[in-house]
Order: sequence, then C-alpha cells, then structure tokens
Amino acid sequence: MTTPASTKQRLIIIGNGMVGHHLVEQLVEQGALERYQVTVFGEERYLAYDRVHLSEYFSGRDADSLALSTADYYAEHGIELRLNEAVFALDREVNEVVTDQDRYPYDRVVLATGSFPFVPPIPGNDRDGCLVYRTLDDLDAIRDAAEHANTGVVVGGGLLGLEAANALRGLNLDTAVVEFAPRLMPMQVDSEGGELLREKIESLGVQVLTERATQRIEDGDTARHRMVFQDDKILETDLIVFSAGIRPRDELARDSGLEIGERGGVVIDDQCLTSDPQILAIGEVALWNQSIFGLVAPGYQMAKAALATLMGGETRFQGADMSTKLKLLGVDVGSIGDAHGNQNPGARNFRYLDQIKQQYRKLVVSSDGKQLLGAMLVGDNSVFDTLMQYYDNGLELPEDPASLILPSSEGAPALGPDALPETATICSCHNVTKGDICASIDAGAVDLGTVKVDTKASSGCGGCAALLKSVVDHELTARGVEVDQSICEHFHYTRQELYDIVRVEGIKTFSELIKKHGHGLGCDICKPAVASILASCFNEPITDAAHIPLQDTNDTFMANMQKNGTYSVVPRIAGGEITPDKLIVLGQVAQKYDLYTKVTGGQRIDLFGARLEDLPDIWSALIEAGFETGHAYGKSLRTVKSCVGSTWCRYGVQDSVGMAIRLENRYKGLRSPHKIKFGVSGCTRECAEAQSKDIGVIATEHGWNLYVCGNGGMRPRHAELFATDLDDDQLFSTIDRFLMFYVRTADRLQRTSVWRENLEGGLDYLKEVILNDSLGLGDELERQMQTVVDTYKCEWADAINDPEKLKRFRSFVNDERPDPDIIFTSERGQLRPA
Amino acid sequence: MNTATALKDEAHTHVTWQSICTKADLVAFSGVAAWLETADGPAQVAIFYLPGLEQELYALDHHDPFSDANVIARGIVGDIKGEPVVASPIYKQHFRLGDGQCIEDDSVTLRTWPVRLDGEKIVIEA
Repeated sequence: MTTPASTKQRLIIIGNGMVGHHLVEQLVEQGALERYQVTVFGEERYLAYDRVHLSEYFSGRDADSLALSTADYYAEHGIELRLNEAVFALDREVNEVVTDQDRYPYDRVVLATGSFPFVPPIPGNDRDGCLVYRTLDDLDAIRDAAEHANTGVVVGGGLLGLEAANALRGLNLDTAVVEFAPRLMPMQVDSEGGELLREKIESLGVQVLTERATQRIEDGDTARHRMVFQDDKILETDLIVFSAGIRPRDELARDSGLEIGERGGVVIDDQCLTSDPQILAIGEVALWNQSIFGLVAPGYQMAKAALATLMGGETRFQGADMSTKLKLLGVDVGSIGDAHGNQNPGARNFRYLDQIKQQYRKLVVSSDGKQLLGAMLVGDNSVFDTLMQYYDNGLELPEDPASLILPSSEGAPALGPDALPETATICSCHNVTKGDICASIDAGAVDLGTVKVDTKASSGCGGCAALLKSVVDHELTARGVEVDQSICEHFHYTRQELYDIVRVEGIKTFSELIKKHGHGLGCDICKPAVASILASCFNEPITDAAHIPLQDTNDTFMANMQKNGTYSVVPRIAGGEITPDKLIVLGQVAQKYDLYTKVTGGQRIDLFGARLEDLPDIWSALIEAGFETGHAYGKSLRTVKSCVGSTWCRYGVQDSVGMAIRLENRYKGLRSPHKIKFGVSGCTRECAEAQSKDIGVIATEHGWNLYVCGNGGMRPRHAELFATDLDDDQLFSTIDRFLMFYVRTADRLQRTSVWRENLEGGLDYLKEVILNDSLGLGDELERQMQTVVDTYKCEWADAINDPEKLKRFRSFVNDERPDPDIIFTSERGQLRPA
Repeated sequence: MNTATALKDEAHTHVTWQSICTKADLVAFSGVAAWLETADGPAQVAIFYLPGLEQELYALDHHDPFSDANVIARGIVGDIKGEPVVASPIYKQHFRLGDGQCIEDDSVTLRTWPVRLDGEKIVIEA
C-alpha cells in the first residue's frame, strides 16, 4: 500500500554525480520511497555518468554510454530529476532549497555536490586553452581546444592527472605531465615505484617532468603558451589541463552556516549528519574525521550510511579503505592500506623490483611478519586480489611473505662468468652447495638470513659467511631482486656508509650511533662491525665499558674461544723471531696452566685450553716476560710471516726478518673489516709465501716489490703485483694508504681478496687511488694510519692494570669454582678436550 | 644438610628468591654467569642486563645445547625484529632472552628464570 504523497517527507538530494545517484538507487532498493518524496538537482545537463572512465570519452564512448542511468528510471520511481538547475542557496530558516527557478521546501537534504578541480593560483592560469578535467563539458572544451593544438600539458601527476594525460594522448597531442612532487602518484607509490611508473609512462611517449612548480604562464614562441618553472626553465605547449587535486563544493553549506572544516569540506559524523541534523552530506563534499575521500567507493559507503540515517538503520560510516587498483595509461598501479608503511610504527617491508619487466611490488608487514598492513604494485596488478584478501580479512601471512610478491621461478637464469658451478661446496660444515643455495632462493628466500636458516650454511664455523653472502647477492641480483646492502636490520647503511658517518660526525660510541642513525638494540652483526669501525677511527681500548658489549667473545676476553668454551692464547712473535728466553717462558706458562701447545701457520705459538679465570694470570706472566697481545682473536693484523733473509740465507737480497718485524710492529692493533696477514720474502724464491697474503713483500736487488690482495684459506688467490722496487719509506706509505683505504671501503668480514674482486675498476683503479692519489686521499689515509700507530697500546697490558676490567674474567660472579663441565683427556702427551 | 637440599624442599612449598650477586657484578648490555640452586639441582645461569629498557634483567641457561659448552653469558646481546636475543658465541644461534626460544631451531629452548633487582642485589626465583 502506497503512502499518500502528502504524508511523505520531502527529501532533496543536491548533486547528481556518481555518489548522489548511488543514493537514489539505494533509496529505490531499500523502499525508502515509501517514506520520502525525492527531488534531485543536478547542475550539469547530463544525468549522472561514470567519471571513473571519463577518458574513454575520447576513445569512442559517448555521454549516453557513460551514463549511469536514464531519465525513465527516475520517472518510473516517481523521483523528480531537475538537471541543469543549480542550487544557489540553502535557506535553513524556512527549510527551503533555492535555485534560479524556484524555492523548494524540504524536510531533509542530502548534499552530494562533489568537488571541483583545484587550479593553482599561477599568473596566466585563466588564459584561453587553460582547462580542467572533471566533467563531460570540460572534456568537450578540451576536445575543441585540441583541434588547434599539437601539444598538451597536464599539470599534476596524480591519479586524475594521468587520466587526463591519457585523454590528451587520445586526442593525438604530444603530451607532457608536470608534477610538483619528486615522483608521479606520490600518494600511491614510493620513489622506486614512482621511478618505474615514470619509465613506463615515458615509454608511451608521454614526457614526465617532476619537481616542477609552474611560476607563470605567458605567450609562447613555438606554441600558444609558455610555462615558466621555478628554475626559469620553460615548456611551451598549446593546451594546459590542470589536475592538481580536488576541492569540496561546500559553498552552499558554508553560506548557510553549517560547520565546515578548516581546509574545506562539510563536517559530518558517522551517520553522515552535518551540524544541522536535517541535512546530510556524502561523497567528496563531506569531511569525515578530518578527511575528504576522493574515491568513489568511500562515497558509496557514505551513501549507504546516509540511507540508514534516513531510514533508521544501523549502518554507520566508519572511514574507508583507500586501497585502489588502477590502470593508468595502460599501466597497472595498485595501492593497499598503509602502502608507504608510515602509519604503523615498526612496520617492515619486502620489496621486489624487476627493471626488465618493469614490475615493482612492495609488502608492508607487521613487525612480526604475520599481518599485511599495506602493499604497493606498479606494472602488474596480478597479485592485487590475493593481497587484498590478506589485508581485508586480516589473514596470517605465509611464513615467508616475500613469496607473495616474487615471481615463480622459470629455470635457472644465466650466471655470471665469475660464478661457481652448482656443485661447488659453499659451506663445508653443513655440506651446502651452491645448488642448495639456489634452491633455497627459488623456494622464496630473498635474503641472506632466510638462506642461512633454510640451508644451515654458515651456521657452523662461519668461515664461509662472506662467500655465502656474495653467492646469495649474486643469485638474487640474477633473479632481478634488488639486494638490500644494509648491514643488518638495525642500520639501513652499508659498512662503508657507517664508517663515513662515524668519521664525519665524530661518533665515538655504538649507543650514540644507533640512537642517531639506527634503531633497536643492535645485534651480533652490527655490533662487532661498529666496534671495529670505532677502533679503526679512534683506537680506544676495546675493553672499555662502552665497547665491551659490542665485541665477539674473542675480543671481549682477548683470546680465542674453542669448542669447549676454553680459550687459546697467542702472544705476538713479530716476524716469527723469538729469543730462547721467551721461548722458555712460553713453555713454563703452558706447563703451569696445563695448556696444549702448537706452532701456528703464522710462525707463532698457540696455547690452548686456558680457562677464562686463568687468562689474567697467564697474561701477567707473559707480559712480565716482554710479550704483548698477538690479536689472534681480532679482525686485525695477525702475523707477518718471513723467511730468514739476507742475514743468514745465501740467496737473500734484503733483510726480510727485519722488515717483517718493522711491518708487524707498525700495523699491529689495526682494526679492520677482517683479519690481515702479511708475508715478507728475502728473495724471489718466496719462501715466506708472501703472494698468498693480503700484503706480500718480496725483496729485489733495488728494494721491495709489493703484492696485494692475496689469500690462502678456502678460496686461494694469488696476490697481484702492485708496485716495484720501493724503498723502505715508500713501502710503508703505500701500505698505509692501501690498508686504510681497505678499512674505509670494504664490507664487514670481507678479506682484501674479495674486496678487490668486487672493486669497480679493479687493480687499475686501486693503483690510481693509492699510487697516483687520484682521489686526493693519500695524505689523509697516511695521517689516519699514523694516528692508529701512535695510539697503539697492548690491550692485555691495559686490562691487567684495571681491576674493573679484570672482573669480567670470572667464570661465575658468585663462585670461584672453575666450570666443572670442562673436562680434558690426554693425547700424545698433552691435554685435549674430552 | 646442604643448602641445595633446603632450597629444594622450600621450592615445593613457596616461591624462593635467591640472592645471586650485586648490580655491580653485572655488565651493561652483556651477560655474566652465575650458579643457581634449583629444584633440579645446581644450574649455571646467564644473567643479562639491559639498563634503561622496559625489562632490564633476564636469566636463562648458561649452557649452549649446540656446542654443549657453558658459554651463553658470553654471547652478544641484540634484538631480532625488536625481540631481545643473545647469540651463542660458538655457533651463533640466537636465543630469545624472554623465553629462551632458539630462533634457528624451534625444537630448542633454554630454561629461563624470573630475575629482579632487590635494592642493589640481583635475585632469581627458582
């Protein structure tokens, strides 16, 4: 039964855009017409049409096909549709809507007036051919102007701006987009996504100019207009379309005294009620919780809430998800939730960039990696729907969230010439081959940590850490994954960048560095790396209170931890030369503390099995006898191996032992990215095997030949001849520069050999920098080395004299008993762990 | 009657806080080892001190199950995604300070004990 018209309330909807029309449909569907007599005003001559696909107006669609409804639909349901009739006042005194034709009384009003394009206040913005992009009439004007134009510019590189650019292309104009921000679509994408978007759009022949603020528009020489930018650069064009954002059409509400937001928009509550409960507002004119929603979906949600308010239902507007999936100029762009990751403290990112296929995907996940907080897609929206599922429904992410954005593997990509065969063993502790590592990456691992967990590689002795990293980096790069070179999760910097920060800012403690440039507590990766950097720069004792928590246990206790928790002790025996008296002391100390003794490869003597609490007494005895620490525990100079040289050898041409001792004493204590070994041979017979060392020195008739970046160990590498026939001083200054340059620029735990292999420009570059001083760093590097040399102190002598530091050498803080679990047995007349 | 037995009996009836050492024995942002009497007998415990953080003190097994050596207190303290952890100094596995869980191997967990500051004394409940 129909309620008589006279008893119905009069509902007036001002605005017949997409949202206004959606409300009409809702009213029809939900039976609201039983209660309301509805009148709709539209200022345009067209019935509501699809603004989202407006650019298709230039590619074949006409007004009719874009229309969302028909006049018949309105008539059929008894809705009075008054198009081409703009409302110019809302008279709340008498509850009437005023147009240029009449006054219409109301019981309720819904404002759905939408927004208008913002035209920046640039001198010349009102010239002929300066247009906007919002309505069908705007598009007609653009089409008319384009008939006499060859070129067109869109001011604004956001969503609508790119739509407009598409429209200009559709009119066969040579098109450019001018954006104030440093990238396109700054709201939806980050700088990497923006860069990819730019590439794709430029490849379509659309010129993209970012970071451009138009200062004025004036007559052009080669075209109708000339745009002048902030740096006086110019761009000439026949047609300009402004698409620099939208502003709410709130003038009716403003004039009638409704509450308006500071920057425009009619303030509404969850029921879409304005400050006058008879009046509602929906769509782009409405300001909810300080936000204007410039998308159609939130507008529709407001329409549903408004319907509930009018009909007494429960639906409320509670904000809207601004996730969008777009195809702009044929380029997919997707944005879900907190795509920039700046609304959730502690959010973590996964990013995948493929510059060949021009695809960029980014996940923003909660700090525990379990929830999807946002996502960003450029170039491929195929995963949008899946991601939206995770986001919308709060589903727990898979164990490796990166698998959601990584492409499925399509056979092994071509490997670089350097690459090892698949069968090469990378980690011998766990027998992990390069093939195993590839399998882990193919199964979704995108970082070193995941590969380590997957394969157990480098979780044994750790000796393969650097090799593993370079294989993983290589494999990821080969798969188009951008490798994050950050040292760890606590610092978004490489070791080299951290080094520069420490030096430039004079930062002397880890706590200051992480406070200013990192976050969290640090970890067993960044702490020792920073400790090493601080020591290279300032050479403060590593056992000082501020530095002690940063050190690996070997550095902390200045001895090498062995597998049963005891330590080995290696005093320095420079050049391998030792007096009988000192040799006897070593024997006595080993006897007294029951230590296993062995001669090392570096020509010194290692004493094994020392208990933590015995270390200070052992060192007291050693220091008494004139020994000093050998830094066998540190990432620092280990030994300078030498042959006996011209003093005794009938072939020797220089005093290799003397030079070895001088070198060892100069560089002892230098903290570096990894350990450093030297060798000095007295003639070309090379008995000291100097060419397998980081620094190799070989005597010639005229002086010394210097070899660099050799290595023994797991990946042997012959050192390369760097300079010939140096005299003693030249040898020292060259090594000063070389070592300090390595300390500055190498990655953590990167031996000189790997550093050299990764160095762009190779040996020639290194020679330029070190020998020809191409960077002008020579003096500085030498000065820095001299500082380290001048500030050298034996760390053990320093600790022995400091009771506070000695407190650390207790097995237990509440008991003097030794650790009863350390048990030895005997073998070949010495102790060994049971 | 020795102390361990007495404490063992008491542990069945009520909470026992043992005084272990003083704050001065601790090393900021690192660990020290101590003996603790537990219901299951004496245990080596690693005590970590993170001054200024929400939870400043942690106590967990000093024994590293991967190397079978008593070394956990000598590991480097840090965090993984915000969770405080210690890295074993021998094979570098990480253990969460809060609950002793090994990050690299779900099946391995270190024991933990409640620990707090009582004046200048460090006391552990066991």
